[in-house]
Amino acid sequence: MTEQTIIDITIPELLGKVRECQEKGMRLVQICCTRLPEVLEIHYSFDLEYAFTSYRLTLQNTDTPVPSVSGIYLPAFLYENEIHDLFGIKVEGMAIDFKGKFYQKTMKTPFNPAQPSGEAK
Amino acid sequence: MSNRTIIPFGPQHPVLPEPIHLDLVVEDEKVVEAIPSIGFIHRGLEKLVEKKDFIDFVYVAERICGICSYIHGMTYCMSVEQLLKLEIPDRAQYLRTIWSELSRIHSHLLWLGLTADSFGFESLFMQSWRIRESILDIIEETTGGRVIFGAAKVGGVRRDVSSVKLDEIMKKLRVYQKEINTIGSVFLNDTTVKHRMQGVGVLSQADAKSLGAVGPMLRGSGVSQDMRMTGYASYGKIGFTPVVETAGDCYARTKVRILEIAQSVDIIQKCIEQIKEGPIEVKVIGMPDGEYFARTEQPRGEVIYYAKGNGTKFLQRMRVRTPTFANLAPLLATLRGCQLADVPVIVLTIDPCISCAER
Repeated sequence: MTEQTIIDITIPELLGKVRECQEKGMRLVQICCTRLPEVLEIHYSFDLEYAFTSYRLTLQNTDTPVPSVSGIYLPAFLYENEIHDLFGIKVEGMAIDFKGKFYQKTMKTPFNPAQPSGEAK
Repeated sequence: MSNRTIIPFGPQHPVLPEPIHLDLVVEDEKVVEAIPSIGFIHRGLEKLVEKKDFIDFVYVAERICGICSYIHGMTYCMSVEQLLKLEIPDRAQYLRTIWSELSRIHSHLLWLGLTADSFGFESLFMQSWRIRESILDIIEETTGGRVIFGAAKVGGVRRDVSSVKLDEIMKKLRVYQKEINTIGSVFLNDTTVKHRMQGVGVLSQADAKSLGAVGPMLRGSGVSQDMRMTGYASYGKIGFTPVVETAGDCYARTKVRILEIAQSVDIIQKCIEQIKEGPIEVKVIGMPDGEYFARTEQPRGEVIYYAKGNGTKFLQRMRVRTPTFANLAPLLATLRGCQLADVPVIVLTIDPCISCAER
């Protein structure tokens, strides 16, 4: 197994850390959001020569906007649109904003345990 | 300036095995922009992890995709095994490698057939899929399944394969390799095929890196990156160098896949030579606790399984990043500026698997 590091960061630190990764020549591997019972976590994962680093952002709710990193890593806009559509997180300044139309769902999104599931639009 | 027209491409289209929608903004016959939308087959499979215990969830992971199902199941197992700190026996690691490479061969053959179909070379499509059927027969003989293998298991593998059967498989693969070489030479040397693929959908090395391409899409643009280099399963013992082409066009991506089939046969041969008798699984003790990102190389590129456990039999959360999702941004870049008639071929050269991408 390869080296793997997970580092907790805050929203004000996000852009600086991502910019550092770009300057080091790291590849954006993924941005993934997971919903835990109390909080939401967003992982910004990078790779350099198969060494894996993930920066974890913890959000208490979906009301707090998160700055987009697509100005630094362009392909991030796809992950950010997905996170917006499926989890309802506001991402500010996306390079391409699909305005909630990236995921074409007949079910109501974002999926939220507090909402009745399967409700049609 | 020409008038701009928006042409909807998909979600139902003859060249698309699975639904993705692209709004193609065209000026005359030239594509100036492609706008994607997905979500037609989003099933929310990751959410099921909260209701299926971590042992049973491997069945769900295998059903994320019908083409690379085995590698999905194996990668899920790897993420959980890391949380449980399990040491997987050598024989199980070699069997995992063999099945992974059989998956790669049949997936690439499926892709070659679909690509031949996309430019109307029906006999080449038929021959590619005929050989693929033989590979599926081997998979059925060793796992009992043709699409969903059911061979991956937390702690090892479900089935053993006798040394006699492994030798038989190798003999068959050498025969099929000759047939694959024959169709491969058509793909690589036929004037019509070259005309449709050379210089089409070019992705530069710099763009492939900056846009986050993975798999043959990345290696076809001259970047030597393959998760098998990390040495998971038994790749570390076998020795492995990624196949790389530099042209960055549809032809280069095709060549990478054809050469990877031959490489997969060689990897299986090395596994069969090195595999030793021994246990195929270890007892699973404890409950997964902590978090881990497992990364492996699917036929389409790097897949990532993020698993987070809290010491109970249900994982707290699981998330999958599939290679098709990572290749969407490079796809949009290669479509920009292409001819409308080339769109199906370019879309196919990322080997899109939308079931994977949407989970």
